[in-house]
Amino acid sequence: MIEHLPALVIAIPLFGAFITPLFRKRYNLAALWAILISGLTLVLVLLLEYQVLTKGMMIYVFGADKPTLVLPSGYRVPIRIMFQVDGIGAFMAISAGLMSFVGAVYSYSHLQKETGLEKYYTLLLLLTAGILGMVLTGDLFNLFVFLEIASIAGSALVGFRNYRGEASEAGIKYLIVSSVASLMVLFAVGILYGQYGHLNLAYLSKQITFNPLDMIALGLLFTSFAMKCGSVPMHYWVPDAYTEVPSGINPPLLVSTYASLYALFRVSFTLFGKITIDMATVGWIMSILGVLTMFIGVTMALVQKDVKRLMSYHAISQTGYMLLGVGVGLTVFHDKQALIEFGRTAMAGGVFHIINHIIYKSLLLLTAGALFYVTGTRNLNEMGGLARKMPITTISFMVGAAAISGIPPFNGFASKFLIYEAVYKLNPLLAIFAMVTSILTLASFVKVFASAFLGPPLEKYEKVREVPKPMIVAMVILAALCVLFGLFPDFVLDKIVYPAVDALINFIQYQSWGGLA
Amino acid sequence: MSFTLLSGSGFWNPLLWLALLVFFALIGYIIYSRGNPSYKPNTDQVMPFLSGNVEPSKEKVQVKAGDIYWGFVEALKGYYKVLTAIHTGDMRDYILWYLGVGSIILFLLVGGA
Repeated sequence: MIEHLPALVIAIPLFGAFITPLFRKRYNLAALWAILISGLTLVLVLLLEYQVLTKGMMIYVFGADKPTLVLPSGYRVPIRIMFQVDGIGAFMAISAGLMSFVGAVYSYSHLQKETGLEKYYTLLLLLTAGILGMVLTGDLFNLFVFLEIASIAGSALVGFRNYRGEASEAGIKYLIVSSVASLMVLFAVGILYGQYGHLNLAYLSKQITFNPLDMIALGLLFTSFAMKCGSVPMHYWVPDAYTEVPSGINPPLLVSTYASLYALFRVSFTLFGKITIDMATVGWIMSILGVLTMFIGVTMALVQKDVKRLMSYHAISQTGYMLLGVGVGLTVFHDKQALIEFGRTAMAGGVFHIINHIIYKSLLLLTAGALFYVTGTRNLNEMGGLARKMPITTISFMVGAAAISGIPPFNGFASKFLIYEAVYKLNPLLAIFAMVTSILTLASFVKVFASAFLGPPLEKYEKVREVPKPMIVAMVILAALCVLFGLFPDFVLDKIVYPAVDALINFIQYQSWGGLA
Repeated sequence: MSFTLLSGSGFWNPLLWLALLVFFALIGYIIYSRGNPSYKPNTDQVMPFLSGNVEPSKEKVQVKAGDIYWGFVEALKGYYKVLTAIHTGDMRDYILWYLGVGSIILFLLVGGA
């Protein structure tokens, strides 16, 4: 069974999604089914990570006699659909599995007053399958297909509360932005297929040259994935979508955004990794986009009054750190000495920040969902004095806010520490921007804490009580991870982050299908 | 298992930091425990002095989220004017920004080829 893990990781949530509509009007059963399926997916994903760590890259060929049969008789190149799971793919798959599970647990109580929940859970599992497909596939066209699955499921979930005009508008906006990005990805895939006649990422990465058509394909892929991951100035869809989506979907939707960031890294490092001259340019573009993203995101967050919108702008801002860290690594990608000296550490900081951010931002968005659940509003001006009424939500919020602001010993500090120190060596100004952003982040969350949780208890919230247990469980899991990842950063770096970074750096290993070619 | 995170030019040990945190928390507690003995909770002593005026209701004295950092936002009014102007919420602008950034990136990449 182990050898079929890459396929099972996709098949289980897909199977779960197609069965869920059978639980029509039995919403509790649909929720339990989604929790079961997402929990099983999480177990499979952890097994997959273990396999990749102990045995190396996993190759899965669909339709071949044996999964290890890469070269079908009579063909010089693989033509079948392949899943190629390396360190970075498995790293992203863990994030997807974990957040899908947390989202399903949280949704159990959070959405009890809603209808049409069998569709909601179907879409949640489809979104999970789409993200997992994006991060595990070794085929460029497959990447597009899974991107579409994730985008369509995601936009339907954003507009799930269709009785609210804002939700429908946000869903349509997300759908249009995703469609434009996907169309350009397809155009780039077409350019590469037209030239080389193949879609396999590893094979293409060996054939890619330096001609203008290849550069156009790189530009289209880069811009499209940058928009899908919410990079400034193409970030406008993020606050719309994150604010209106039900809070239980925020964690998987966040991973869906970072699946596009993964695709951006995969394209830059693996597909176009051997282009030596322009990689420094691409790295600088990524780093500058990163700085702009973090600064504009945080300054916009500071003036928001809607708690989820404020947190959404922070999601944009934190993406900047990832772009900056990995961008610095890409800038010195072909300078071996600089790569060893600080490039690899900068990339580790950026990649570590992906999972840290997924954890603490999901936690913060879940606490925002909890505030909405009890107060019925997202407007911070109308909240106050909730700390005594909701002690666990308050503590969870404090952990998340400390983590995102880079306060030790929480997880956000560990990754930001690596980014500051490594980025400083390329250009001190970049590190200064990153630190100023952290200070503004802290200021922004002090505002949320002061206005929602502190202050005198308000009469209108006299009868407010703590949120139901499933919502608490989801928040506590994430808060515990914030603390654990912060206390044992070296363990996390060694086990999942550096293998992911090395998978990006050693693109020759990817090109040879883990040594099978 | 190592608890020390190395960055190439520095290190970070969360356990050492926690030990220091506990130490300083203890010092803080000692200072707190030696506090003012004349303090009496739930008496007029703890009421705010408002020159004889009636104390407003709790809801009225609460500092709202919109008022926090008013000075900061006021000082950066010019910056925020531009920033809010580009966040139109109009779908056509979203796509225009995408096309604009895409054109610049393509120019940089193809121009360098």
